[in-house]
Amino acid sequence: MVINTLLAAAAATPRSGAIIHLHGIDWAILAVYLLFVVGIGIITGRGSKTSEDFFLSGRSLPAWITGLAFISANLGALEVMGMSQQGYEYGMMTANYYWIGAIPAIVFMGIAMMPFFYGSKVRSVPEFLKKRYNEGARFINAFTFAVFTPAISGISMYALAVVMQDFLGWHFAPSVWVSAVVVLVYTFMGGLTASIYNEVLQFFLIVLGIAPMTIIALIANHGWAHFKKWIATHQLPFLTPDQVAAAAAKPGTAAHQMPATQWMHTFHNTLTQNNPMHITWPGIVLGLGFVLSFSYWCTNFLVVQRALAAKDMNSAQRTPLLAAFPKMIFPFIVILPGLLALPLLPHLFPGNTTVNGHLIPATESFNNVMPLMMARYYPAGLLGLGLTALMASFMSGMAGNVTAFNTVFTYDLYAVFIKPNATDQHYLWVGRIMTIVGIIISVGFAYVVRGQSGIMGYTQTIFGVVNAPLIAVFLLGMFATFTTPAGGLWGLLVGTATSVTLWVIRSYPGLPLWHHYNNNTTGAFWGAVWAFCAGAGATIVVSLFTKKKKDEELVGLVYQLTPKPPQDANLPWWKKPIVLGVLALVLTLIINLLFW
Amino acid sequence: MMDLRLPIGIFFVLVGLIMVGYGVVSPHDIPNITEKVNINLYWGIVLLVFGAPMTIFGWRAEAKAKSEMKNKKP
Repeated sequence: MVINTLLAAAAATPRSGAIIHLHGIDWAILAVYLLFVVGIGIITGRGSKTSEDFFLSGRSLPAWITGLAFISANLGALEVMGMSQQGYEYGMMTANYYWIGAIPAIVFMGIAMMPFFYGSKVRSVPEFLKKRYNEGARFINAFTFAVFTPAISGISMYALAVVMQDFLGWHFAPSVWVSAVVVLVYTFMGGLTASIYNEVLQFFLIVLGIAPMTIIALIANHGWAHFKKWIATHQLPFLTPDQVAAAAAKPGTAAHQMPATQWMHTFHNTLTQNNPMHITWPGIVLGLGFVLSFSYWCTNFLVVQRALAAKDMNSAQRTPLLAAFPKMIFPFIVILPGLLALPLLPHLFPGNTTVNGHLIPATESFNNVMPLMMARYYPAGLLGLGLTALMASFMSGMAGNVTAFNTVFTYDLYAVFIKPNATDQHYLWVGRIMTIVGIIISVGFAYVVRGQSGIMGYTQTIFGVVNAPLIAVFLLGMFATFTTPAGGLWGLLVGTATSVTLWVIRSYPGLPLWHHYNNNTTGAFWGAVWAFCAGAGATIVVSLFTKKKKDEELVGLVYQLTPKPPQDANLPWWKKPIVLGVLALVLTLIINLLFW
Repeated sequence: MMDLRLPIGIFFVLVGLIMVGYGVVSPHDIPNITEKVNINLYWGIVLLVFGAPMTIFGWRAEAKAKSEMKNKKP
């Protein structure tokens, strides 16, 4: 939903000429980057001799590498641009996606769930569902993941190509194909290791390429104190001339503005909807902070796969926990530039807004506030670094999707339903072929979306909606002994069906039903909560009437039936998962209080 | 397996050198602000400060791993 406005704007707006012109130095930085990512693919490719090397990096990587890849795989170009857009549109409330909507789930994943994912030696999340529940549960999870993942990657590819077209004047086809071929070369050769190694490089590149924007935006605002003075004396959001005229034409009509100081807080005025996002705190805490966040960070194979590549249980647990620390400071890199842009680039509106009777182009909308700020404040040289960082964020997201797709397809669909009991070399070969297929589907979908832009919003929304209630079935599988295979399967089906039904109801305001909210974000948060309740309810009810698995089959999969691993007393404090988890939560609480 | 700090370190040293060199040869201030800041020079130095220790630690780890491999072989 964050991204949908951005995508819709990109699609709806006419193209204008290039507004950024690259110099030789910018091209040089981009060329060095491309050389390195391909080189890393070639070098890591030499180590991929078995399917486990290719799909799970031979379970051999240290925690700091898998931890940074854990963040980077999730950090697509749309994430970077979407978050800065929301920083402009909603201010610090956007940080709730990190400080409420990510860190608690990431910590829970590391401390409570990772022992079962890693300890059970499963190769994928759907395989966990097979072991805990049954083949049907695996199929549903694997199928939806395999269908949507390359499509999501294609959407990201399309959106980045549009930005490159709008700002740099690059043609659509070369933008798509060059990035696709680069990602293909390194994921084909090095599999998950190449993807993870490049994700770590890309993580540092994104931070070091985009962080200067926060510093420059502060300088341009003459410092934080001066910026706060501006905030204290203004009303937001900016009104279009059409909105001002409409308000003037009807005396007494309130222009929907509020003090800009609201933009500086995460939870201020969330007892009512009188805040920039028009959402209330129960929706944020339950919908975003619990259901949506836990379903994504604790069950999505794209991120779980990074932890499965870790060299031992302690490293697997520390993968998400170490990721939590940089994740909590990311709002200062991606959201703050959008917020700081308010006085610098005032009167930006969404890309599909009409101003004085004209649809404003993407290059003048807040949907593209990050590239707009780069165009304004990055000189040649730094501009090359910034644009390379945007490219890197796109590639890390795409490679993450492709490596997760080829693993799920090979292990959970091909090896189960098409050709079981084949040799390891055969599955390695299938994995490489599916890498090519995944990228071709992504490119194809980018072209489909180009021709029929409405598809992309639906695809993203449906994927989010389908995944929303997953955590119910996982929590009841890992922490309750009474849940049965049939219970898990029906929990998945009912939870997903409820989520999709509620989304359909919300999408058609004419339907005379109760599930309507005055904005999409609130609707999505509450839809997730009800879908979670339905999924959990179905799992519990069906489990009461169906046969459970024998206890010995559930050892390593369910908390109560799994022997606790001996604690290594010699571990230094900074390697103890519980210490890292508590530290991450305390720091997040402090940051939350600072921006309360 | 290659020590990842090495390629990351070399990458940022290279990009840092490019930016520092450009900042010295062709000083560009941050456009559209009143303060004069040769951002390529300063940010290039930041990249070098990040990349150089990464390269050194990565290189030392690689060398150590190679010597351990050699010692194991006979």
